[in-house]
Amino acid sequence: MNALADTILPVRSDEDIVRVRKRVREVCIATGFSLVDQTKMVTAASELARNALQHGGGGDLHMTMPVENGRRGVRLTFMDEGPGIADVAEALRDGYTTGSGLGLGLGGAKRLVNEFAIDSQPGKGTRITIARWK
Amino acid sequence: MDRIPILKVGEFLLVSVQVDMHDRLALTLQDDLTARIVADGARGVLIDISSLDVVDSFIGRMLGNIAAMSRVLDAQTVVVGMRPAVAITLVELGVALPGIQTALNVDSGMALLRKRANATAPSAGS
Repeated sequence: MNALADTILPVRSDEDIVRVRKRVREVCIATGFSLVDQTKMVTAASELARNALQHGGGGDLHMTMPVENGRRGVRLTFMDEGPGIADVAEALRDGYTTGSGLGLGLGGAKRLVNEFAIDSQPGKGTRITIARWK
Repeated sequence: MDRIPILKVGEFLLVSVQVDMHDRLALTLQDDLTARIVADGARGVLIDISSLDVVDSFIGRMLGNIAAMSRVLDAQTVVVGMRPAVAITLVELGVALPGIQTALNVDSGMALLRKRANATAPSAGS
């Protein structure tokens, strides 16, 4: 078992977002991602970490390094217990924002990864899972 | 508190971002640069991001804000040194950095700033 795998990181401050970028980079390098793929995954993680912090009031990131169908990958699950997303389709639309960003966070992150899933219930929080394969 | 240093080079301000900025640090840089443009009467701002291996939508927005703010303060902004992987990712992310001048490196960025400062300065000499 790789020591980097199955890690839980807190996402509760600006500094945590920087740590998330650093740790996701390490996991992507360990998985053998190309520089461009590393950059896409780290950028997607940064967007989702900020989303969990700003809209979810902070949360956790669960990182794993799965192997499926002979392919190695990185899977990240961001969990918060914030207000949830009432309209997921609307939240994914470019330009939609309730915060201080460009409104590209969720939709942009989705474009940077191979798998993207949102499980959100108003009042109960949000769980967003992304994966990229080598 | 952490700060990104801003260097004055002639009539231009030079910033080299050497650390992975957290969001507050990026906002502080934006505020500091705007204040320095006015305090120093700077004609241009050069931001070197060659050390950044990630530019997400927040940093992209900060770069756009700096360019817009400097424009209304009669200064030009040039962003230099973007890594190829960062450029590819930014475009896919949907951040096209509209209104931001870019150059490949500090030398060509400085040349671009000088050219534009001379073109817009009514009293520009030879």
